[in-house]
Amino acid sequence: MAREKSSKDNAQALFHSLRSAYAATPVNLKIIDLYVGFAIFTALIQVVYMASVGSFPFNSFLSGVLSCVGTAVLAVCLRIQVNKENKEFKDLPPERAFADFVLCNLVLHLVIMNFLG
Amino acid sequence: MAARPNSLHSCARQRLRRLQKEERISFTLIEMARSLAGFLVLLLVISICEAASLFQPISDSHRSAALELFTSDHGSFKSLEETYEALRTFQILGIEKKPDVTAAACRSISETVGSSSTPKDLFYALKANSIAQCKIHEKASKGIISSLNAAVGGASLLLDFYYSVGGLVLIKDQSSKADIHLADAEGVFRSVKAFSQSDGRWRYSSNNPESSAFAAGIALETLAGIVSLASSELDQSLISTLKNDISKLFDGIEKYDDGTLYFDDKLVDGHEYQGPLSTTSSVLRGLTAFAAATTGNINLPGDKILGLAKFFLGIGVPGDAKDFFYQVDALACLESNRVSVPLILSLSSAVLSLDKKDSLKVRVTTVLGSNAPPLTVKLVGAFSSDSKDASLLESQELKFDQGSGLHILNDLPKSIDVGSYTFVFEVVLQEPEDEKVYVMESQTKVPIFVTGIVKIENSEISILDSDLGSVESQSKLDLGGKNAVSLSANHLQKLRLSFQLTTPRGRAFKPHQAFLKLRHESKVEHIFVVGNSGKQFEIVLNFLGLVEKFFYLSGKYDMELTVGDAAMENSLLVAIGHIELDLPEAPEKAPRPPPQLVDPYSRYGPKAEITHIFRSPEKRPPQELSLAFLGLTILPLLGFLIGLLRLGVNMKNFPTKPVPATFAVLFHVGIGAVLLLYVFFWLKLDLFQTLKAVGFLGVFLVFVGHRTLSHLAAASAKLKSA
Repeated sequence: MAREKSSKDNAQALFHSLRSAYAATPVNLKIIDLYVGFAIFTALIQVVYMASVGSFPFNSFLSGVLSCVGTAVLAVCLRIQVNKENKEFKDLPPERAFADFVLCNLVLHLVIMNFLG
Repeated sequence: MAARPNSLHSCARQRLRRLQKEERISFTLIEMARSLAGFLVLLLVISICEAASLFQPISDSHRSAALELFTSDHGSFKSLEETYEALRTFQILGIEKKPDVTAAACRSISETVGSSSTPKDLFYALKANSIAQCKIHEKASKGIISSLNAAVGGASLLLDFYYSVGGLVLIKDQSSKADIHLADAEGVFRSVKAFSQSDGRWRYSSNNPESSAFAAGIALETLAGIVSLASSELDQSLISTLKNDISKLFDGIEKYDDGTLYFDDKLVDGHEYQGPLSTTSSVLRGLTAFAAATTGNINLPGDKILGLAKFFLGIGVPGDAKDFFYQVDALACLESNRVSVPLILSLSSAVLSLDKKDSLKVRVTTVLGSNAPPLTVKLVGAFSSDSKDASLLESQELKFDQGSGLHILNDLPKSIDVGSYTFVFEVVLQEPEDEKVYVMESQTKVPIFVTGIVKIENSEISILDSDLGSVESQSKLDLGGKNAVSLSANHLQKLRLSFQLTTPRGRAFKPHQAFLKLRHESKVEHIFVVGNSGKQFEIVLNFLGLVEKFFYLSGKYDMELTVGDAAMENSLLVAIGHIELDLPEAPEKAPRPPPQLVDPYSRYGPKAEITHIFRSPEKRPPQELSLAFLGLTILPLLGFLIGLLRLGVNMKNFPTKPVPATFAVLFHVGIGAVLLLYVFFWLKLDLFQTLKAVGFLGVFLVFVGHRTLSHLAAASAKLKSA
């Protein structure tokens, strides 16, 4: 009884600490996180749709899901490069990282549009 | 009937042995007579050992074939040689001269004669003229004579001598001048003779060692021409050496199995090779020309001339114009010559019918079909083709019918039944002087086929019990008419069919075919041969033994009888009726009947039409569901935008100064343009157009983006340092 209560309390305490820590992150990183969340959600909805109606134009399904996943991955890369706490990318200007992000996205979407059918 | 040479020896050997045995008996008159009879039998039988064949003289079929073969283009032929060959053929066969042919011939002759032509062209022109008889101008003929004389003087090859001497002989006959002579006849004679060889053949030139019989014929014709053109008598020794050469040439004559003789040259060079027909024709022409030009006899055995006549007649009607000319020209030489004229015995029909009471009609003519001198034809013997026994009839004379020119034997003797025979004829000339002029075969053997109606009697069919042999059912058949017998039997019974065959002369007859065919409803057939003993033909089918052969098939069988022979005029194939056979069941391992013929149209005919079944399209979800999920997909985007607003997104960092502002705007416009291009790519563009556009836009975007982002970077760096 006491252990349950304590674990529940622990979970709540953990959750709160995470929330406060997250509030401290800079806004641009939060924007990128939001973007990643949006992309993953879109992918999930597409998977649910495929699960319900079948994968008939499989290439279309793949291109839809992979576009979401791909753009999410590129956004994560952008976040890594832009994060000031990341010592590895100290010398990389964030504009440069953003330019890479835009370019890669454009190439990804060209391929996705070709595969969409 | 045609025996090979070794069987001749065996026949002769057998008979010789018999003769020797007879000779040992002491010589009394009776025994002398017997040996003489035996000797006659020997002669007759030896003659049978050779082939019997039938030769026909020239007839109307030749004339119609000649008109077909010698076609001309509005009367003119391709060359003077062909013109001459056509004219000569028509002349020999008695075909009327067509005016356009004669006119065209005269035109080409006068053309050749008028201009300076080679001796060969002049020769053929004059030869054609001897038949067409066109007029030649005095001046032209003088020109011809002088050019031909010059040609004779300057000739070195055999063919040069041939054309020039031959031309002179022809112009001598055709022109009014009778005083055309060869200047040095003996010299020319000797120079032509120089081409001869010891084996009787001649060479074409002194350089070429090849000799041929064709050249021999040409040489003999040339020498005959020289003799006729000589102003004074030539040395007789030359003529007699030439007669020896002719005998030597004829020693080298070749022979076919049926007794025909011919000359042939060795095939050395394809160009020069003439073929047996033209070679033999050339030799014959030379021989007869030489015999006509010289006095005295040329002693050639008559059978050689007969062999040559048979060679030319045995060809029948040639299919080629040149072959036709050679044949007909040679036969014209044989028809009237000073050596000997062959006479040919021929029959209008070699198949005689006993029932129609056909009579044997024989005709004796020359090779071109003209009448022979008075003679009698005797039928000295008839031999059956399967047995080589003595003659079936005695020697009898055939009656001569003046009107038709035929020798007729009205009724065939009783000893001649249906079948194939060899009749032996002998021809005797009535006037003894004719024997010097004409030559005949001593005995002519002719194959004769006799047919007749064979009587079929006492035909009956019956079913017998196998063990007891007692007759269960029996019915008479009328094999000449219709029959519809209906029998039934089981496997323990026998079927018997019997009939009698008798020839018109009352003897037993064994036909080539005597079959009984049983055909089942399923078209399976079985054929049995009907055996005989003497006149009685009988077949017994024991069904007990035939059960397996019939594949255990019970049911209705149709019966058919075939009796046939070449000598039978009433060969028959009749349906007798049917028989219901009851056979036991087939065991497991019994052979199945062979598959019957399938109607070819059903097997190879068109098959059923196949309609293509397309793949059924995939099941698509209902449109409402798809639209619902489309809406659901938009939701995260809305969520993103709301989240951005919640975070306090602003545009404060947007450059305010005009130049960077435009670049920034252009940057966003560029990205928007690329995304719009992607939409168009999905809608209607193809990859290459898109890539081209992306290339241009990309370059623009890179440039603009670089400017904007470097401006932003500079701004943030300034802010940091400050």
